[in-house]
Amino acid sequence: MERKIILENIEVEGIRSLEVYRKNGGYKSIEKALKTMTPDEVVNEVKTSGLRGRGGAGFPTGMKWSFIDKKSGNPRYLVCNGDESEPGTFKDRYLLMNIPHRLVEGMICSAYALGANTAYIYVRGEFKQVIGILNEAIKESYKAGLLGENILGSGYDLDLYVHTGAGAYICGEETALLESLEGKRGNPRLKPPFPAIKGLYGCPTVVNNVETLANIGWIVNNGGEEYAKIGIGRSTGTKLISACGNINNPGVYEIEMGLPVEEFIYSDKYCGGVKGGKELKAVIPGGSSVPILPKELILKTAGGEPRLMTYESLSEGGFITGSMLGSGGFIVYDEDACIVRNTYNFSRFYHHESCGQCSPCREGTSWMESVLHRIENGEGKMKDIDLLVSIASKIEGNTICPLGDAASWPVAAAIRHFRHEFEFHVLHPEIVKNVKHGSLEKYMEVPAVTGE
Amino acid sequence: MFKVTIDNKSIEVEPGTTILQAARMIGGDVVPPAMCYHSELKDSGGKCRSCMVRVAQGSAADPRPMPKLVASCRTEVMDGMVVENLTSPQVVDARKAVVEFLLLNHPLDCPVCDQAGECDLQNLSYENGTSVSRFEEEKRTYEKIDIGNLIQFHPNRCILCYRCVYAADQLTDKRTHGILYRGEKSEISTFIHQAVENDFSGNMIDVCPVGALTDKTFRFKNRVWFLKPMDAHRECTKCSGKATIWFRGDEVYRVTGRKDKYGEVHDFICNECRFEKKESADWTIEGPRKIESYSVINQNHYRNVVIPSVINPIKETME
Repeated sequence: MERKIILENIEVEGIRSLEVYRKNGGYKSIEKALKTMTPDEVVNEVKTSGLRGRGGAGFPTGMKWSFIDKKSGNPRYLVCNGDESEPGTFKDRYLLMNIPHRLVEGMICSAYALGANTAYIYVRGEFKQVIGILNEAIKESYKAGLLGENILGSGYDLDLYVHTGAGAYICGEETALLESLEGKRGNPRLKPPFPAIKGLYGCPTVVNNVETLANIGWIVNNGGEEYAKIGIGRSTGTKLISACGNINNPGVYEIEMGLPVEEFIYSDKYCGGVKGGKELKAVIPGGSSVPILPKELILKTAGGEPRLMTYESLSEGGFITGSMLGSGGFIVYDEDACIVRNTYNFSRFYHHESCGQCSPCREGTSWMESVLHRIENGEGKMKDIDLLVSIASKIEGNTICPLGDAASWPVAAAIRHFRHEFEFHVLHPEIVKNVKHGSLEKYMEVPAVTGE
Repeated sequence: MFKVTIDNKSIEVEPGTTILQAARMIGGDVVPPAMCYHSELKDSGGKCRSCMVRVAQGSAADPRPMPKLVASCRTEVMDGMVVENLTSPQVVDARKAVVEFLLLNHPLDCPVCDQAGECDLQNLSYENGTSVSRFEEEKRTYEKIDIGNLIQFHPNRCILCYRCVYAADQLTDKRTHGILYRGEKSEISTFIHQAVENDFSGNMIDVCPVGALTDKTFRFKNRVWFLKPMDAHRECTKCSGKATIWFRGDEVYRVTGRKDKYGEVHDFICNECRFEKKESADWTIEGPRKIESYSVINQNHYRNVVIPSVINPIKETME
């Protein structure tokens, strides 16, 4: 049976309100943490749990917390990253809209563990509805004495604020988020120094994803060891997966780490198979930035093992035959999907969202977009395909923040696994010009010529 | 004191020194190029990525290499750090990539650009660029913008190093100058085409590594390599009064700050000295300005010419 941690009681009517949430066992962790545990004990529980950041990079949360500079004497901050803007990812919005108190509860425990007296929730500007819901939840919590001065008589103070972004993907990068929170242009900062040493207003700061923080309440209640029992190996706990694309049941699912990808796609409990009974073509398992994998590599690893929904299994084989769990934006493509068009669409997104601060990303993303635009519209040349690979490799690793990597990985992976589609676009401009959407595979009797 | 080794040359430096500063202390080939970093401007650097180096050993205590190339202008040294600049093929490749990216939309109008001859981008692409571009698309173009009556902004040439933004922010009192838009569409601008008017605005011209910001009183008057730079000073109530004045014959064509061999000005001068004092009688001449032997400004007086370590581009194309 699958365990629910974050979405537990989600089906209870009115769970969005504090009253119902508390009746169903909410906010117990606060009493436990604030009254019976020291901040270091909470940090240790999180370390034991093996919880890893749910925003994409998968960095161990307990370790991130232990880096925070407690010696400087400066105030410390906890910031929740709710700027979910990765194409294909919508798990945080679902969580925030339906069960906002899960986050507030997690944030109070986390802020207590870090010794922060001020915490911020940075929410994506487009989430108009979520902002209202969150503000309402925070207001309720203040009234109930769960926020503000002397929480539940424990002597611990915490103020929690919602800050709205202005609609930039780059503000999901933690240092750009901090700049934006400070009221500046959302340009990522150079690291080091990392936010744990010099973050918001130059003070030690921890930035965590919504889903990461939503787990903390459960960990405090049930202990880190109990949490570590769920999942496989170093991928502990559950993960919210937002499934979309050509599937029968798109939506947000909470899965235990270690679920086979095949079961996730075909089981009626989850995606329910590919829509219209079509063949599966490819999957992007972790949001648009991670490499796309063709059917044979997403269901089984190159070594023939079944692929599981864990950090390790999905990245097995590196980028040659693997991908990443990323933020859990699971995008499924059926046999009729055009990979070239899809890649062009992504690169257009990254071009639009680059902050323009460092040269490889600013110039490279626009260059990739224009080359892909040419290929997609039947004006490409054979050498353009290698050119794209070359540009992607020159951006990757040479930029200030990971947006450069995020822009180059999907392009490199699409060409790695679906080079024949790119070649088809180059060799058959007439067909490509007329057939804008869908598969070109059916025209593929013409043997594809490789190279020039 | 921290010991740091760059391209097999070691030096001891104070803690807090960046890799680039340490490399400049050693001097010579180990110094990475820098387009956006300016030692007098706080927070500058890290953006152009041309100064990236490989850290082969993080420190004596933690000898692991750093996973990615780092911007040497903003990365501080650790004791026992081992850095590779030209000795790392990865660094050389990355630098070539950066030059390619910087030149994608650059108009390469050096023949009509006032900066030619003293342009950091020219030097960088001469050493690391290729002879042909792989970019087939149309370059992005903008109209020229007058920022007040003294400075002209030529956005096509701009490489968005942010130096002038920091200069305007840190040297002058009114901040009217910044970046608009984002990504490839970012542009340096003043808010609703306002003029930048204050006593130190002229320094934005000096900090610009390319020909994007030019002196309107000097535009198209002369090529820099025909001029003779002299160090000179005058009594000034606003600034240090230490400048370089550029002669042709007895006529002063322009006045600039004193740029060191890395193109950085350390004594910023005021607009009165720069734009209004163009008579040699206004100045006390100290003597000729020392210009690096490889510089074009050294006007036919090449001494100890070092042939740059670049493969003959024509030969490359032929093969």
